[in-house]
Amino acid sequence: MSTATFRIFRGERGKGEYRDYSCEVSEGMVVLDAIHQIQAEQANDLAVRWNCKAGKCGSCSAEVNGMPKLMCMTRLSTLPLDQPITIQPMKTFPHIKDLVTDVSWNYRVKTGIKPFKPTKPDAPDGTWRVYQEDVDRVQEFRKCIECYLCQDVCHVLRDHHKHDEFIGPRFLVYVAALEMNPLDTADRIPDLRKQEGIGYCNITKCCTKVCPESITITDNAIIPLKERVVDRFFDPLSKLFRVFGSD
Amino acid sequence: MAEYQTFDHDVLIVGAGGAGLRAAIEASAAGVRTCVLSKSLLGKAHTVMAEGGVAASMGNVDDRDNWRVHFADTMRGGQYLNNPRMAELHAKEAPDRVRELEAWGAVFDRTKDGKILQRNFGGHKYPRLAHVGDRTGLEMIRTLQDHGIHKGIDFHMECTVITLLKSGDRVAGAFCYERERGLFKLFRAKAVVLATGGIGRAYKITSNSWEYTGDGHSLAYHAGAAIMDMEFVQFHPTGMVWPPSMRGALVTEGVRGEGGILLNNQGKRFMFDDIPANYKNQTADNPDEGWRYTQGDKNARRPPELLTRDHVARCINREVKQGRGSPHGGVYLDIAWIKEKMPNSAEHIKKKLPSMYHQFKQLGDIDITTQQMEIGPTTHYMMGGVRVDGDTQMSDVPGLFAAGECGAGLHGANRLGGNSLSDLLVFGKRAGEYAAKFAKDHGDVSIDMTYVDEIAKYALEPFGRTGEGPYQVQHDLQDMMQSRVGIVRRQGEMEEALDGIMKLKERARHVAVDGNRDYNPGWHTSLDLFNVLTVSEAITRAALERKESRGAHFRDDYPEKDPTFATFNLVIRKGPDGEMQIAREPLPPMRNDLKQIIEENK
Repeated sequence: MSTATFRIFRGERGKGEYRDYSCEVSEGMVVLDAIHQIQAEQANDLAVRWNCKAGKCGSCSAEVNGMPKLMCMTRLSTLPLDQPITIQPMKTFPHIKDLVTDVSWNYRVKTGIKPFKPTKPDAPDGTWRVYQEDVDRVQEFRKCIECYLCQDVCHVLRDHHKHDEFIGPRFLVYVAALEMNPLDTADRIPDLRKQEGIGYCNITKCCTKVCPESITITDNAIIPLKERVVDRFFDPLSKLFRVFGSD
Repeated sequence: MAEYQTFDHDVLIVGAGGAGLRAAIEASAAGVRTCVLSKSLLGKAHTVMAEGGVAASMGNVDDRDNWRVHFADTMRGGQYLNNPRMAELHAKEAPDRVRELEAWGAVFDRTKDGKILQRNFGGHKYPRLAHVGDRTGLEMIRTLQDHGIHKGIDFHMECTVITLLKSGDRVAGAFCYERERGLFKLFRAKAVVLATGGIGRAYKITSNSWEYTGDGHSLAYHAGAAIMDMEFVQFHPTGMVWPPSMRGALVTEGVRGEGGILLNNQGKRFMFDDIPANYKNQTADNPDEGWRYTQGDKNARRPPELLTRDHVARCINREVKQGRGSPHGGVYLDIAWIKEKMPNSAEHIKKKLPSMYHQFKQLGDIDITTQQMEIGPTTHYMMGGVRVDGDTQMSDVPGLFAAGECGAGLHGANRLGGNSLSDLLVFGKRAGEYAAKFAKDHGDVSIDMTYVDEIAKYALEPFGRTGEGPYQVQHDLQDMMQSRVGIVRRQGEMEEALDGIMKLKERARHVAVDGNRDYNPGWHTSLDLFNVLTVSEAITRAALERKESRGAHFRDDYPEKDPTFATFNLVIRKGPDGEMQIAREPLPPMRNDLKQIIEENK
């Protein structure tokens, strides 16, 4: 059995330092296993979020050697163990302690998005008839486990701190799932343009690259939403209609 | 007297998984002030891990299905120790609860004619599980979460209950700490709903996360409520066994529902060798019939891999013990073989079981479309819990309710797959409804602040100590429960476990924690120990008392079912001396019409 060094950020409210911990490495281990081992044996108070340990809950997001990752899905065998493995909290959110950040902004953002509003049921039994091909795309978006790694990597949030003007890739996917749901009747296009700030996204696709659920965030969610915004607000013909229309 | 941040509500819900969220939605709809406490962040509770589906007899795929068959299946699966009223309500109300989710935005997989698709699962006679690939739980929790956040409910995330509070006989609220700053919070409430989930962390090999330390079971017990059926711990037959770090992670029963088969190291499909008598009529007697069943042939009977979880887990255990296991101590689960039956099998498997494909590929270097999986039993679910009234979900303590996994009654001695997601919807709703009603019908509560101060002092004691940390105590307990009160149980070993639990309790009273109160997992673990030790003791005492084998409870020294044990539940209460008392209490009576349904479906 070999050992590896884990260089973990320890500290509170952004203040702290990297500390090295050495840990035995066994076959098939993931980063979260190492963190747990260190927590149990060397640093009982090491703060880390985790739940399912199977890539389904999206709790254990962190930056491993600078890359936004779920620690439970990052195998040690994919990392260069001859050098220290650096583990730090997500940069985009306010730091709480060690590897834990304050992600409550995400919960507030979601509350501000217009909720699902279905059409009247269309089947005699009071339910709906919906075909699989009509929901395939929406189901892709609904795979999201809310790990917020896409938010973490998005430069609009990470570097430019536009948290008050831009909802980030996670919630653009959320809006897309609602907008493309065949049963939904609400209109979120004006909000997308204004307070949700879709214009800030300049489709660098960083979010798509880090998504542990492999959701094609940019191509399948954001670009179609941008098109809807453009069609509504910037298409010359419909602009004309709006000027002379009833509204 | 210390000052605590204090909150007042009508209904306080402890837990934010499916049951807690469903209860909160119902309570707030009744117009009462509702608050949800969540041990983790919202949307991360264990419901998110549920894969296969939610059982509801909508009959979308096979129109012979109806609530009667679902009721009979549930009772048979539970070896008739279930509360028949709960099994009845569950079977009747589950379809509406599922349709309601669709109205709130859930996007289930569809049949060809545009209805909610349903799949086969162990112990269910007809294809009954509404699902979304193999991530049904995620769909459900997200739907409930996204619906609930617009309903005026107060949410306190990363907030853990240390103790329930009482006002005379009534429940009066809860005393908690929040993780971020480690500060105490006091919640006053007229009614409390426990929806805390399971006890998996009492065992070493488990599909459960750190949160599942039996909090609701323990809180209710210490508040004076009865808990029951604690001997019935479900070991899911298929958990990952390799790589070591993934040991215990769930492999959905859906793999078998889609045609997956179990093989030993001789390549033999061993499940055909041991089919219990009461399932003989419903089980295929050859591989071809089993395959046809999984592909929707209404004239075929189900393959033996889809027998109830308790039975499949024991068969796997036997193969391994008798030297026919895989290299890492499991057996093989094979879905790749279906390539013999369908041309595009790889695509089919990826579509039907996407997260299983992903999990094995990424964490085990196994491609399940071409390779066999190594699997073995993992601690999965607790049938036992707070004893509640079947209609209202209220416990023995006025104003204290329980729903979902931490409640008992629906599943009896063994739960059918898919009945947990429907359980939490049906009884989450009922608990929320009746808790709201209770709050409206009853006046304010007062809280004994002396007791609160005592508990606050107790909770901070680990900081002042030096010596052993909490993790070693937790690991020793998990090792002991795994080896001595696991799938196969014996008198002597369980007596050793009971003795061991008493020693661990003593150690737990002296654990020390490092650091400060800010987000300190060591401290949180030290507080969780109290609950997980309480439920471990209850499991062990009940398992010692039930001197027979039934459902999930298997005794090597009493390997047969004993009819004298078929008439009661084992009920545990805290005695006046503070010790655990166990009593045999007769099963609730079953109405004649329900008895008849069981006969008709035999």
